[in-house]
Amino acid sequence: MTTTTSPTKTTSVAQPSVSLLERFRVPGAFLLGAVLLLGIAPLVLSDFRLNLLAKYLCYAIVAVGVSLAWGRGGLLVLGQGVFFGLGGYAMAMHLKLADAADTGQTLPDFMQLYGTSDALPWWWKPFANPAFALAVTVLLPMAVAALLGFLVFRRRVKGAYFAILSQALAAALSIWLIGQQATTGGTNGLTDIQGFFGYSLNDPVNQRMVYFIIAAVLLLLMAAARQLFVSRYGELLIAVRDSEERVRFLGYNPANVKLVAYVVAAGMAGLAGALFVPAVGIISPALIGIVPSIGFVVGAAVGGRASLVGAVLGAIAVAWAQSTLSDAFPAAWTYLQGLLLVLAVGFLPGGLASLVTLLRNRRTQTRTTPTASTAPTGETA
Amino acid sequence: MSGLGLIVRDLRVTFDGFKAVDGVDLDIRPGDLRFLIGPNGAGKTTLVDAVTGLVKATGSVRFGGEELLGKPVHRIARMGIGRTFQTATVFEELTVLQNLDIAAGAKRGPLTMLRRRKGTPEPVTKALETTGLTDLRDRPAGVLAHGQKQWLEIGMLLVQDVKLLLLDEPVAGMSHDEREATGELLQRVSGDHTVVVIEHDMDFMRSFARSVTVLHAGKILSEGTVTEVQADAKVQEVYLGRASEPEPAAIPVAEEA
Repeated sequence: MTTTTSPTKTTSVAQPSVSLLERFRVPGAFLLGAVLLLGIAPLVLSDFRLNLLAKYLCYAIVAVGVSLAWGRGGLLVLGQGVFFGLGGYAMAMHLKLADAADTGQTLPDFMQLYGTSDALPWWWKPFANPAFALAVTVLLPMAVAALLGFLVFRRRVKGAYFAILSQALAAALSIWLIGQQATTGGTNGLTDIQGFFGYSLNDPVNQRMVYFIIAAVLLLLMAAARQLFVSRYGELLIAVRDSEERVRFLGYNPANVKLVAYVVAAGMAGLAGALFVPAVGIISPALIGIVPSIGFVVGAAVGGRASLVGAVLGAIAVAWAQSTLSDAFPAAWTYLQGLLLVLAVGFLPGGLASLVTLLRNRRTQTRTTPTASTAPTGETA
Repeated sequence: MSGLGLIVRDLRVTFDGFKAVDGVDLDIRPGDLRFLIGPNGAGKTTLVDAVTGLVKATGSVRFGGEELLGKPVHRIARMGIGRTFQTATVFEELTVLQNLDIAAGAKRGPLTMLRRRKGTPEPVTKALETTGLTDLRDRPAGVLAHGQKQWLEIGMLLVQDVKLLLLDEPVAGMSHDEREATGELLQRVSGDHTVVVIEHDMDFMRSFARSVTVLHAGKILSEGTVTEVQADAKVQEVYLGRASEPEPAAIPVAEEA
């Protein structure tokens, strides 16, 4: 007798009709992105510029994960350098071993210089296998994130504490790597990488191939992230970000919801690190420590962390600004980077993407206000 | 599916030596619409916090034969116990429909979670109608009026498929009409569900309560029907001080701290 619903109100199950423009907006934007990245950019950019773009796109891949974890999940991931580094080192270790094998050596060049023994360390050995190395680039970051997230989210560590913790981890990894001169190349990192699965990276044609792989991976991951954003999980993630306690009282364990976003973001950062190595030819502690870890979120913050396209474009723009400005003012960039982050988080939390949304809403509002007549009655049925 | 009853025995909650709940026994039978009243600091909200796992407590809280104390919050919620808070907490950036859909989905598998929501689940449609929010389904919950947010919260409990609803001051800040609508909503919901309402508003309590428990200083002061409780001299004393007013209907609304 309680919920005797009168048959007066018929709720339409079908979605309200959307305009054609609205319906093809997302696939259209995706197609436009694909044409720009895979068609136009390689045509108009010189080899040098295209290679720079490949590097920026690696940062953009990290930003896709940042957008998921921070933008949607509210997890300020200030230590993505850890996962980027794990992916990058795993890839570089394999490529160094392959380079050494090409020249008939058993040890990578830096080990011959600094090494203490003639034998390859045991934990280097499996990386000779390309399939193993590739799997590790993604799976190891995800496993580390899963372990860390499991310990941290269950104890309800959040906000600034989580950010500081993840940043400390980035610092710890880079410091540890610096101390292992003989096995990781120390401060220099793993440098001078020549080949990429049998293709010489000195050949511009192969560099272009690397660019295409990176661009394709970015597009695929954006599509995957978009699916997560619009899924029920994506809605739940926003709910957890905005009111974790309420979600708990609905019968969910928010720790698990956050863990998924964190682990996926870590996997993306790992893959980005792995692709960064053939594009740039080096991975080193300086590329994965605290400053680059902040750099990974600055782009997303400026572009709009909750918006996928905003985060990606922001990451590319900030990376471009960095390589342009840091040539002219090398010391000033660190400050500028910090300033950008503070300004974006403090005054424009939605990033530049929120300005676009604001303008669009204003336009549709002025179009529809005269006809808007669905006044909320607030009557119980 | 009739609601399950709640049995509380010797429940105690202590904060730094302060006994917020001090040996409460409570029997709420299935389908009841119980009002929990009492002056500020009587331990009403703390009692609900203890039942839902938010604060640590000793004693025993059994629901449908199962012990609740010691279980984490989300497990208690999954057993069919839902609650609201004094301030309406809905997911403001999500639409009314998304709020309800999330509330309905704690038992969804990973594959369903990774897919986009297609159409409206049946319980959600029903809850939209029960709470009168059908026309507002695509609005962000943040723009709803205060009363509508409270209804949305009750709707979220309904789709969550809870058997016991614990509502903390659901009509605070509502207009007279909204109170009436909420009271009727609660009466319709109870029967299928067991409903416990913490309330300060005595008019509201008189109009809609089926049974009343009065808490004072962490202990139960009185229990019974509205008339019985109002006639109780101890209750009058707590609410009116020493002076024994002859008019029980004049029990004032206790002020919010």
